[in-house]
Amino acid sequence: MAEKKKKLLQGNEACVEGAIYAGCRFYSGYPITPSTEIAEGMSVRLPKLGGKFIQMEDEIGGIAAALGGSLAGLKSMTATSGPGFSLKQECIGYACLAEIPLVIVDVMRGGPSTGYPTGPSQSDIMQAKWGTHGDHPAIALTPSTVPEILSETIRAFNLAEQFRTPVMVLYDEILGHMREPVTIPNPGDFVVEDRAKPEVKPEEYHPYDDKFLIAPLAPFGSGYRFHVTGLNHKQDGFPTNDSKMIRENNERIMRKVHVNRESIWKNEEVMLDDAEVAIFTIGSTARSARFAVNELRKAGIKAGLLRPLTIWPFPERAVAELSSRVKAIIVPEMNLGQMTLEVERVAKGRCAVEGRFRVDGEPITPSQIFHEVRKYL
Amino acid sequence: MSTTVAEKKEKVSVPFDYNKYLRPNKLPHIWCPGCGHGIVLKAMLRAIDKAGLEKDNIALVSGIGCSSRTPGYVDFNTLHTLHGRALPFATGIKLAKPEMKVIVVTGDGDALAIGGNHFIHACRRNIDLTVLVFTNATYGMTGGQYSPTTPLDAIATTSRYGNIEPPFDTCEMAKASGATFVARGTAYHTIELEKTIHEALTHKGMSVVDIIDACPTYFGRANKFKSATQMMEEIEKDGTVNVKQAANLPPEKLAGKMLRGVLHKVEKPEYCEKYDILIKEKASAKK
Repeated sequence: MAEKKKKLLQGNEACVEGAIYAGCRFYSGYPITPSTEIAEGMSVRLPKLGGKFIQMEDEIGGIAAALGGSLAGLKSMTATSGPGFSLKQECIGYACLAEIPLVIVDVMRGGPSTGYPTGPSQSDIMQAKWGTHGDHPAIALTPSTVPEILSETIRAFNLAEQFRTPVMVLYDEILGHMREPVTIPNPGDFVVEDRAKPEVKPEEYHPYDDKFLIAPLAPFGSGYRFHVTGLNHKQDGFPTNDSKMIRENNERIMRKVHVNRESIWKNEEVMLDDAEVAIFTIGSTARSARFAVNELRKAGIKAGLLRPLTIWPFPERAVAELSSRVKAIIVPEMNLGQMTLEVERVAKGRCAVEGRFRVDGEPITPSQIFHEVRKYL
Repeated sequence: MSTTVAEKKEKVSVPFDYNKYLRPNKLPHIWCPGCGHGIVLKAMLRAIDKAGLEKDNIALVSGIGCSSRTPGYVDFNTLHTLHGRALPFATGIKLAKPEMKVIVVTGDGDALAIGGNHFIHACRRNIDLTVLVFTNATYGMTGGQYSPTTPLDAIATTSRYGNIEPPFDTCEMAKASGATFVARGTAYHTIELEKTIHEALTHKGMSVVDIIDACPTYFGRANKFKSATQMMEEIEKDGTVNVKQAANLPPEKLAGKMLRGVLHKVEKPEYCEKYDILIKEKASAKK
C-alpha cells in the first residue's frame, strides 16, 4: 500500500485537494474573500493535469463558464462567498433545470451585502436552498474540519455527477482559513463517481429521457447532438408549453433528490443515545458544540450533538427521531435563526427548540453553548 | 480559377440542402413576418457549409431573446442559456474542448446590455468564438423596449417621448475591447453577409459580426415605417455603405451611415492556444 502523505493544509487548500482527487478538470471563478485561495490553488494545479482554469470577468461569468465546461464533459467547479453566491443564483437555477452537474463552494462570510468579508458566518444556509427562483432541488454539504472539507468536496462531485444537479459545499470563513493536518488520499481511498454516459445511438438519445429518473448526459462534441435550454422542456430538451410535461419535469427534478435522500443524508451523532438535550449545528459551530458536550458530560449533564454533513436535503428523519426523545434541541448558528426554523418545522412541537444566534463576526464559543444547554436541565 | 459556363450552370442548379442543418420538426420558427432573423440564419448555414464544418463539432450557443431562439432550429450541439450569458457559457465550452467550433448567436440587448461585461471581456481575451449579434435596436421578445443600439429620438414602448440615450457602435466597442475580427453586415445584403460570416468563421480568435436586422413588428410600427421592406431599404440598404466603397466617397455621402464589411482584422495569439502553449508548458516544467 502506498505511503500516506500528511500535509498541514488550510481549509480552502483542502478543498482544492478534494476537487482534484474527485477528477475536477475545469474551474472558473472570480476572486472573493474568503474563498480566493481555492481559485489560486486550482490555477496552479489544473494546468499540470491537462485541466482548464479561467478567471472570469464576474461571478456570473464564473459559474456560467463552469457550466459550459461541464456540458463539454469536464467535471467542473466554481467557488465564491456570500455576495458572489447571490450573483450565481441565476445560473444555479439554470443548472437545476437543465440538469448540469456542477460543484459550487460557498465560503460563508458575514452579510448581508458586502457585510464582513473577513468574518465567519453561517448565513447562506437558506440561500443555498431558496436563493434561485422557482422550486428546485438543493444538495448542500457542510463539513466541519479541514480533512472533512477534502472528503466532502469529493462527495459533492460524486453527488453532482450522479444526480446531474448543482451541489453546494458550505463552510464558514473559520474553516476556510483554519489549518489542520490532512492525509492526502491515494487512488482508491475514496470512491469517485462519473456521470452516466448514454448507451443508445445518437439518433435515439434524449438528454431528459423519461425512461430514467436521471438520464445519462452526453458531452457536447461527442456525436450526440442535442439541445439544452433553461425553458421548461420536453424529454428531447426542446421547449414546451404542455402543462402536463412542465409539471412532470418540475416534479421529477425534485423527486430525483427526494427519493434518494437517504443516500445523500450524512450525520454525525455524538453521545446522543441517552441525551436529554441535543445540540444541532454545523461547521465550526459544531466544533464548539463538541467541546461543550464533553464539558457538559463531565458536569453530569446528558447532552449530545447531532451534526449534519448534509444540510440540504434537510436531515428530517434524524431530527424527527431526535425530537421525540429529547427535552430540547439547541440550535447554535452564526446567523439569526435559519437552521432553527427547519428544526422547529421537523420537530413539530415534540420538544423545545431553541436557537442561539451570533452575527457579530465572532464564533459561537463552547461556553455559550454550555450555558444554553444548562438552562434546559 | 476559371469555370466554364456549363459548370456555373450546374452549380446554380444544385439547391442548397438546408435540411442538412435544420431540425425540420422544430419549424416553423417563432419569428414574425418581415423579421430578418431567418435571412441571417440562412446566411449562417450557408457560411457554415462553405467552411466545411462538421455538425458534431459545432456548438451553437445563445442567450435570451428572439435571435437566441436560433439554436433550437439547427442540428448542432445547441445551448440556449440565460439572458446575457451566452458568451461565458461559450467560453467554458471552448476552453474545455478547443477542437470544437463555438458560435454564439445573440441580440443587441443580450450581448451589449445585460451581457455587456461578458462581451468586452470575451473580446479582450481573443478567445476563438464567432459571435453574431442580431442588431434590431429593440427588445422584441418583451414587446419593443429601447435597447443599447436604439437610435436617438426613436420611439419604443419605454421611450414614448423619444430615446435620449445614444446608441453603442457595436463594432467600435468590439475593436476597442480586443476582438481580432470585426465586421458588419445586414439582412438586406444577403450574399455579402454570407461571405462576411464565412470569413468570421475561418478567422482564429474572437470574431464579431454586427448584423443590422430590422424588427418591423415593434420598432417598425412604433417609428411609423409602412412595411418591412421599407425598413430594410431605409435602415439596411440606404443607412449603410460598404467599407470599400466608402473609401471613395466624400464625407457628406457618408454622414449618418454605418459601415459594412470587414472593419478590423488582425492576427493575434488566440486564448486557448496561449493556454495550451504557455500555461501548460510552464506548469508541467514546474514541479
